[in-house]
Amino acid sequence: MTEVKTAELTAKDFSSDQEVKWCPGCGDYSVLKAVQKAMPLVGQERKDVVFVSGIGCSSRFPYYMNTFGFHGIHGRAPALASGVKLANPKLSVWQITGDGDALAIGGNHFIHAIRRNMGLNILLFNNRIYGLTKGQFSPTTDLGHKTKSSPQGVIDNPFHPGELVLGAQASFFARVVDINPNHMTDIMVAAEMHEGTSVVEILQNCVIFNDKVFSKYTAKENKDDALLYLEHGKPMIFGAERNIGLKVNGFELEVVTIGENGITEKDILVHDALLVNPTLHFMLVRLEYPMVLGVIRSIETEAYESKLSKQVLEVEKKSPFKSIDDLLLSGETWEIV
Amino acid sequence: MAVEKQELEKVVIKFAGDSGDGMQLTGMQFTGTSALLGNDLATFPDYPAEIRAPQGTVAGVSGFQVHIGKSNIYTPGDHADVLVAMNAAALKANLDFVVKGKTIIVDIDNMTRRDWEKAGFEKDPLNDGTLDSYNVVEAPITSLTKTALKDLGLDNKTVVRSKNMFALGMVYWMFSRPLDHTEKFLNTKFASKPILAEGNILALRAGYNYAETIEALTSAYTVLPADLAPGTYKNVMGNQATAWGFLAAASKAGLELFLGSYPITPASEILHELARYKHFGAKAFQAEDEIAGVVSAIGASFAGDLAVTTTSGPGLALKGEAIGLAIITELPLVIVNVQRGGPSTGLPTKTEQSDLSQALYGRNGASPAIVIAASTPANCFDYAFMAAKLALEHMTPVILLTDGYLGNGSQPWKIKTMKDLPDIKPNFVPKDKRENWMPYERDPKTKARYWAIPGDEGMEHRVGGLEKDELTGNVSYDPINHEKMVKVREEKVTLVANYIPDLEVDGSQKGDLLIVGWGGTYGSLYSAIKQLNVIGIEIGLAQFNYINPLPKNTEKVFKQFKNILVCELNDGQFLKHLRGLLPQFKYDAYNKVQGLPFTVAELTQLFTKKLGEIKK
Repeated sequence: MTEVKTAELTAKDFSSDQEVKWCPGCGDYSVLKAVQKAMPLVGQERKDVVFVSGIGCSSRFPYYMNTFGFHGIHGRAPALASGVKLANPKLSVWQITGDGDALAIGGNHFIHAIRRNMGLNILLFNNRIYGLTKGQFSPTTDLGHKTKSSPQGVIDNPFHPGELVLGAQASFFARVVDINPNHMTDIMVAAEMHEGTSVVEILQNCVIFNDKVFSKYTAKENKDDALLYLEHGKPMIFGAERNIGLKVNGFELEVVTIGENGITEKDILVHDALLVNPTLHFMLVRLEYPMVLGVIRSIETEAYESKLSKQVLEVEKKSPFKSIDDLLLSGETWEIV
Repeated sequence: MAVEKQELEKVVIKFAGDSGDGMQLTGMQFTGTSALLGNDLATFPDYPAEIRAPQGTVAGVSGFQVHIGKSNIYTPGDHADVLVAMNAAALKANLDFVVKGKTIIVDIDNMTRRDWEKAGFEKDPLNDGTLDSYNVVEAPITSLTKTALKDLGLDNKTVVRSKNMFALGMVYWMFSRPLDHTEKFLNTKFASKPILAEGNILALRAGYNYAETIEALTSAYTVLPADLAPGTYKNVMGNQATAWGFLAAASKAGLELFLGSYPITPASEILHELARYKHFGAKAFQAEDEIAGVVSAIGASFAGDLAVTTTSGPGLALKGEAIGLAIITELPLVIVNVQRGGPSTGLPTKTEQSDLSQALYGRNGASPAIVIAASTPANCFDYAFMAAKLALEHMTPVILLTDGYLGNGSQPWKIKTMKDLPDIKPNFVPKDKRENWMPYERDPKTKARYWAIPGDEGMEHRVGGLEKDELTGNVSYDPINHEKMVKVREEKVTLVANYIPDLEVDGSQKGDLLIVGWGGTYGSLYSAIKQLNVIGIEIGLAQFNYINPLPKNTEKVFKQFKNILVCELNDGQFLKHLRGLLPQFKYDAYNKVQGLPFTVAELTQLFTKKLGEIKK
């Protein structure tokens, strides 16, 4: 995907005739809306868009998109998406997955898809719980959290999805939150524009089994002071008064207040999503306060399918076989009369 | 080490190297061990004229040839089935002696440019296609021997001299020979220098273990004694023929080919072969695991490719859930299982037919699949082609069963070109049905749903693993709809019987005894009944290539015979299938589950005895 076309379609055109069946109040509704709104902006026709998914609440997503869609099996959506993309690299391929689907049963496929860097957009719905199986802990559930399968509290260390994604050599990683649909839409467009695999982690509230898990960031009274919206080339400033920022201190990021202890805006770190060395991006995804949102990493790379098409041309030039018949008739042959 | 009973038909092995490489001793050891196992044999030592001709030259090559078998070995053999070449000169001197398609083990440490120039090759024989028609095992024998012996404190020359034992260890593994005879010999020979005994035994064991680790395979397929029809022939290996069958099918269907696969013995060669032909629109995708192999293929199928996944038994087990997904989404998909001994990791390099039940039933829910089997290395081409044709025209997964001996075995193949092959018409939505098309509308004759692929405007739709409404394809939990869908998926597979050829009988067309086999046992079963037919004994053979559904005339064929003997390299899986579908017949069974093929001798004996009992 390289150029944005002016599309005549609207978000409504991307909405299917199927009744949406998530629980009332589920964070998935706003994600669906944001994605439908992003579709006309990326300029893809409906016929060229494919949504694939695994298993879980969020994985019902493809049924609600009026595009091509494939609801797969648990954890395997990255492989499904890879097959679709390789069969037809012109398609815009979106993979919908959750924290269980991507990081537990499908962990292997997830990291390998990222490493290969095909032109896929992976939307990781992280609600830090298993919803469809009714409330067991997931690979991202906080330590100590009591769930049906951890009545005394979780003792498994949770994954930071961002670390896993960066560790798998991601060329694009962004984070959004379900309470800010406009920001989500912007980031979806950025994800589609990126060459290679884009992973967008969506902090999403499960109203039934893990309600308010992100409220320390997302509640009205907290969101201005706890969420940092990154923009490439801009200083990392947040807070209701826009006077709090991040500063490098040794191997850590330090939260500082502008105007205190001699700190001026010049001391605040400027975001660079293009850094090939992911050290800064690792520091950002690990932060618990503030919660960093936006495009954390977006480096220029060549997508898998582009490298593949080069190899095709190379083989075409070098292979002695110009047709299947050439191949079948090749080598030592003999006649029996 | 336990002595394994060997049932080799007949094998000629040639050990060749520099005169100083100890090839005579190596050959003698192999001979001695084989003799102790009760093999009949004949040997031929092939010394160079000079005791130490210049190293690395053809004149200096020393060889030892041994022909072993169960019985009736009268000559050292006209050609070798296995050549062990310790250097380039040994390869040069013996290449013409090796049967096409058979195995060459070559020490790549002695194959540098200097080595092959000295041997008289004009180009590097490992890379210029010279060895394309052989099963080549490239092994760094010298360097691995050095590594194995590095802690003994021996000088380099002594260490390198032990490489013949490394090579012998490899061949022992390939033919399941025990090491104890040679170990005893080495201990006696070097009784005064135990360090040398230790070094040689270390090398022997290292070679044995190395062959096991890389799963070095022999091509042990028995070539049919049949008269060959006129035409142009070439030698093909089963896995190669399978790959080519898919290339041809994709081209006939006007589609690109997608292979999603994870390496596994003995199926990996199909992946290797297809990876060479990207310019034919063949995408060989090496996935991160077996599941990703099949699922990526399903994704590619959804997007309009001819989709294939290749594996062996354990991999098929991992793919089970995904095959169910292809069944419920009714997408074309071919799954190749190059069978090996099981269960679990089992016997990766040995042949068996024990994945039939898995292919038929190894999935959750009612999940019928078309199951077909190749029966010779050459017809792997035809059945790969046919598997693709059935999948694309009937919109459902097809499991193609071959096995390790077919896949790695070779045979003269009467070349087919594109014009010799039937058309393949993928079940795309017909023009007159595009308006108001529903994703689960079906062809009335085949019950196959129509295929619409991304990029096709107006055909946007969703599929998935949840039960589908019979027409719209929307998610449906309706009980009656589910029952209808279970039945229609079954019916679709049953109807395939109208599109496959009749079962043919070799040998006698009626009479007292019909031998029934399927898949890769064809060579030995056919040879056995032909031998009996030649001496006037009436016996027929029905070898099945189509397993589910069975050919429509199966019942008619069975009725022509008073007795049916089902022969399989498993514990009776096809027998159970036949008993379920055609319970009106009485079946006898002969089953062998030793990781070994049938031998012609055991079969002729068995059939003669069986006929004798019938006559009484």
